[in-house]
Amino acid sequence: MSGLIAELRKNKMLFLMIALVLVFFVVFSYFPMVGVYYAFTNYNFDGGLFGSPFVGMQNFKFLYESGALLSLTKNTVLYNLAFIFIGNLLQLICAIFLSELASKWFKKTAQSIMFLPFFISFVLVGAFVFNLFNTETGVINALLRQFGLPSYDFYMNTEPWKYIIVFFNVWKGLGYGTVIYLAAIMSISDEYHEAAKIDGANIFHRIRYITIPMLIPTFILLILLSLGGILKGQFDLFYQIIGNNGMLYESTDIIDTYVYRSLAVNFDIGMGTAAGLYQSFFGFVLVMTVNWIIKKTREDYALF
Amino acid sequence: MKIRTERSTLWFNIVGYIVISILSLLCLLPFWLIVSGSFSSEAEIVRDGFKIFPSEFTISAYQSVFSNPQQIFKAYAVSISLTAVGTLVGLFLISMAGYVLSRKDFKYRNTLSFFIYFTTLFSGGLIPWYILIVKYLDWKDSYLALLIPMMVSAWNIILMKNFMKSIPESIIESAKIDGAGEFTIYSRLVLPLSTPGLATIGLFLGLAYWNDWFSANIFITTEAKYPLQFLLYKILASAAVLKTSVAANLSADFKPPTESLKMAVAIVVTGPIIFLYPFLQRYFVKGLTIGAVKG
Repeated sequence: MSGLIAELRKNKMLFLMIALVLVFFVVFSYFPMVGVYYAFTNYNFDGGLFGSPFVGMQNFKFLYESGALLSLTKNTVLYNLAFIFIGNLLQLICAIFLSELASKWFKKTAQSIMFLPFFISFVLVGAFVFNLFNTETGVINALLRQFGLPSYDFYMNTEPWKYIIVFFNVWKGLGYGTVIYLAAIMSISDEYHEAAKIDGANIFHRIRYITIPMLIPTFILLILLSLGGILKGQFDLFYQIIGNNGMLYESTDIIDTYVYRSLAVNFDIGMGTAAGLYQSFFGFVLVMTVNWIIKKTREDYALF
Repeated sequence: MKIRTERSTLWFNIVGYIVISILSLLCLLPFWLIVSGSFSSEAEIVRDGFKIFPSEFTISAYQSVFSNPQQIFKAYAVSISLTAVGTLVGLFLISMAGYVLSRKDFKYRNTLSFFIYFTTLFSGGLIPWYILIVKYLDWKDSYLALLIPMMVSAWNIILMKNFMKSIPESIIESAKIDGAGEFTIYSRLVLPLSTPGLATIGLFLGLAYWNDWFSANIFITTEAKYPLQFLLYKILASAAVLKTSVAANLSADFKPPTESLKMAVAIVVTGPIIFLYPFLQRYFVKGLTIGAVKG
């Protein structure tokens, strides 16, 4: 303790410079951690934090027995796996193509266009989806009608939404991820390619035996990093596309949207906090595991 | 010298140009549909749905939007102020914290780093956070709820710390010998050397503020306080259309252009970011590239 005081005195200015940020985290991150206690109560707004009746594990039990926990976990994990693998693969492919194509003008334009979705809000993405898929005025149904086909009511069928959601997630992150992979490709020394060319390797050989192996570490690292957050969702994306359309929950409800509804629609504070705590706790365990794996394999890349 | 293109290179190029072109088109198409919808007549949309090319080109939706633009201008003012203040103050706090944590001779840097980093590993979740802000801070319907909670994030501090780590220690050492205080070293030496980092994180932060609709969704109840994206969300999600004077001025059987109007609002609201983004993108690419190479 005396060490701390001496240190405080010595580096007064440094402590002062970081003080506000520390207060910020105490208030907005550490205080709410106390609030996980709501998960064990039957919350009522008047009672507040410790005035509400304590119910032990009842909220968790209900979540589990109603099947909500299982289906939420399944949806969240499967969506994230699809986002991570399809997204990274497509970004990798784009980066390889862009790095090899000759036309500078084409490369620049394509890269800019692919980056565009990254800059817009999810509200606009929601508008896109509605424009494309709604029954009365949607582009797809308008086309179907033009060809004399019956229209398809997307908002009554759960099946297509899996693909729509994955598509728009991959769509929004394409340009961003491509830049990361492009940077990794640019850092590969030209000498490898030159030497391979002299040895008679064609472009496919060079990509197969030089570019891809050199990118694998980045690829694995990015995948591992994102696996840690696999229980966290893309709330914006899901909510702007699906909204409060209960018809579609079966295939589109993730933990984040469930927690949001507990707060804003059902006012079920205890249950929502329980689901959030479950997400946080298992997310924590997952990050620790992933970090342990990275540490074992590529120590310098470990998170901590 | 004649450059001979190998057959394989030729094939690669053909496939490459096709794949990239298709993906680029897919990235543009939804935007185009909004633009096209905003120039379509309401009757056409109701009859045929949205089309790639409107057959009845009209700017009436824009006329409606601008016949009574106060609501949108107000939302613009809210979003611009929040973005400007949030980004500037946020950058100041983040860079200061990043500087302190990047100082290798600062004994508590690891303890404090972990204190900050831990918040990304475990959190109370949305609901306790919401109750804190509404019940204990009493920020319901206050701009503070839109401004403060988004200002600082652990990831941005970690990013900033990593940028600043690459600044040679000897520069800081020599400034100290010359008698410079910590704040002077930070503001006069470290900040100018961290411009790429500041630009990248500033853009991230600015974009997050500009595109934020969620905070307003859960905290803001007064219509006049809506930021831009939330106003757009409200207009898109509900039948409630902008308070335009057009409908009132026309005959009773006039049906306000709901669908095309929504699209026009989407364009007006998104406009600035579309014009700014090619310019912003350059900084992003630069910043991301530096970050990626560092690993």
